[in-house]
Amino acid sequence: MTAPLGKDLLGLEQLTAGQINLILDTAVPLKEISERTIKKVPTLRGATIVNLFFEASTRTRISFEFAEKRMSADTVNVASAGSSVSKGETLVDTARNLEAMRIDMVVIRHPASGAAQFLAERIESNVINAGDGTHEHPTQGLLDLLTLRDHFGALAGKRVCLCGDVLHSRVARSNIWGLTKLGVEVAVCGPRSLLPNAIEDMGVKVFDRIEAAIEWADALNVLRLQLERMQAGYIPSLREYNRVFGVTRERLERAPRDVLILHPGPMNRGVEIDSDVADGPHSVILNQVTNGVAIRMAVLYLLSGNTPQLAEAAKGSA
Amino acid sequence: MSAARDLLFKGGRLIDPSSGLDGIGDLLVRDGKIESVGGAIAAPADATVIDCAGQVVSPGFIDVHAHLREPGREDVETIATGARSAAAGGFTAVCAMPNTDPVTDNQAAVGFVLKQGKAANAARVYPIGAISIGEKGERLAEFGEMVGAGAIAVSDDGKPVVSAQLMRTALEYARTFGIPVADHCEDPTLAEGGAMNEGLVSARLGLKGIPSEAEEIMAIRDILLARRTGGHVHLCHMSTRGSVELIRWGKDRNIRVTAEVCPHHLSLTEDEVEGYNTHAKMNPPLRSQDDVEALQQAVKDGTIDVIATDHAPHHYDEKEREFADAPNGIVGFETALAVNITWLVKPGIISVATLIDKMSCAPAKLFHLPGGSLRRGGAADITVFDPTREWKVEPSRFFTKGRNTPYTGRTLTGLVACTVVDGRIVHTVKG
Repeated sequence: MTAPLGKDLLGLEQLTAGQINLILDTAVPLKEISERTIKKVPTLRGATIVNLFFEASTRTRISFEFAEKRMSADTVNVASAGSSVSKGETLVDTARNLEAMRIDMVVIRHPASGAAQFLAERIESNVINAGDGTHEHPTQGLLDLLTLRDHFGALAGKRVCLCGDVLHSRVARSNIWGLTKLGVEVAVCGPRSLLPNAIEDMGVKVFDRIEAAIEWADALNVLRLQLERMQAGYIPSLREYNRVFGVTRERLERAPRDVLILHPGPMNRGVEIDSDVADGPHSVILNQVTNGVAIRMAVLYLLSGNTPQLAEAAKGSA
Repeated sequence: MSAARDLLFKGGRLIDPSSGLDGIGDLLVRDGKIESVGGAIAAPADATVIDCAGQVVSPGFIDVHAHLREPGREDVETIATGARSAAAGGFTAVCAMPNTDPVTDNQAAVGFVLKQGKAANAARVYPIGAISIGEKGERLAEFGEMVGAGAIAVSDDGKPVVSAQLMRTALEYARTFGIPVADHCEDPTLAEGGAMNEGLVSARLGLKGIPSEAEEIMAIRDILLARRTGGHVHLCHMSTRGSVELIRWGKDRNIRVTAEVCPHHLSLTEDEVEGYNTHAKMNPPLRSQDDVEALQQAVKDGTIDVIATDHAPHHYDEKEREFADAPNGIVGFETALAVNITWLVKPGIISVATLIDKMSCAPAKLFHLPGGSLRRGGAADITVFDPTREWKVEPSRFFTKGRNTPYTGRTLTGLVACTVVDGRIVHTVKG
């Protein structure tokens, strides 16, 4: 039997539209499991999953852990600050040691772009990329897609703008690939100092002004502005960033249509997004978080060698 | 010491661009010198006869840019293994960059490199001294004493000379000793944290890019300082179309600028990095196809003077890691000729004679080194190679300690058959 996604989930760039839709479709029935009193199905009973986090993460790690536990997998969390270099042991040695303990899957978060692929090429276990450097964060991209699909139904032809620090954002890259593959028109908006030089070649539109982006878009995915970007001199101040690029209620009210608001979190309220937008009627930020668990359950399920047709059955087998 | 036996190279195609020689004939070596060239030469008694039918007999290749890692990183290369690897690649002389540990920034350190080079008994090894003490970019090293001890150029390679004032002074001061100042052109503020060429591939892979301008800004600065000072600036490992245009601008104005390019920048693009291949990581990085084509044309039209390897061995484990953390550099001696033939000669961009000029005659002339010629009475530094023979790159067969090459598994054209230094065979391939 060929696995529908292959051995690993490293990014959305390598996936086909069919594979992306398969994950989204698989996640839909799995959502219901988290709404039950007893939030557990035996689907992954006996499987051992290591959550290998080389970078601080609360939301993504907890989301993966819930997804694993709700499918009855045995999980171990390994947290380690910094890259393998500062840690002394190399990434490949870490991985081989884990594998010697007979595990089935590794969920990896790492500060170096390409770390997930590096690991995947060197171990037999399934590898899920939970964010590698400034490369990709595929499960975040998928949960954003699911949230958009929940709201809009069909995605083709919709317009989504990614706002903010695209240069350093793995979420932005996964969104660009996922959205364009599903026929969404994608734009980015932010200071040019925080956009990759070659961004237009990635098939996206660029807005220099947030007002123009809001006028154009059906949805905004507002990226987190990391405070160190200011220290590194990419922008002069957070204050000015908010004044020029902040997604504010006033700006949204001038839009010709209701604009859906997403944010991958954690938010800097009052910097890239104002509180009355984040908590406002068009925000689906918490829906994203809920969908995150279902998406990760779907990915675990599909990578563990299960066929999509069984998703419904898995749901009923509590 | 008994004299080495005479060597008679029989029936090869003798090519020496420095004297305009290109024709089938014999070449006799006696007492470390070229005794006679061309025509049919009868074998003297006791001479070793080397059948060169179908082969090219060329002045030995000279690499003006190599990292031999000794002293400091003898685990990745020693002067002995480096010189042996160079011989296997057809190089009869290599210039050792000073960014070792400790740095080659004084006469004693220069003497050490020379001594180890002699002991290696393979390719000749010429030390390049540092421009600044410790390559720190602050105070000039003692060029005079280093030249007195045997240094043939100065460079802070591995690092750019950040201070324009220091570069100016170096170019002025080097004039006394008639040596080139070789610069690694890189604006450190633009290149900081960069891991590959800046472009679509870096944007996709999420790797910090190094823009072409990081090199070009320093290249034009150096050219302008050479104009001001009259010093000879040699620009190392040029990698962009823009740099080529700037060098052309300088040469058109008779500024004393010379430039080198590496085989990898003449053959591969940033696409090699795909999949986070650390064997395609070097500084300057592999650029775009447009840059590769501009560099190939610059070799053809003479804007680029020299092809140099930037041979940079690293330990296997250092490359077997996350891309951003892996060190820059690839080994180059043993693939240089074949890469150049495969990507430049075979497609008809340059002739074998032009290639020999770039790999032998021009380096000898610009760095004032012996060799680079098949003239009678000159040093018997000779390379024999088969320009049509195909072979597969298998790093496990390399003489260098390094295995870090992006050419693994590729079939290349052009194989070194025999390398002769000072009239002695230092490398030969059987069969």
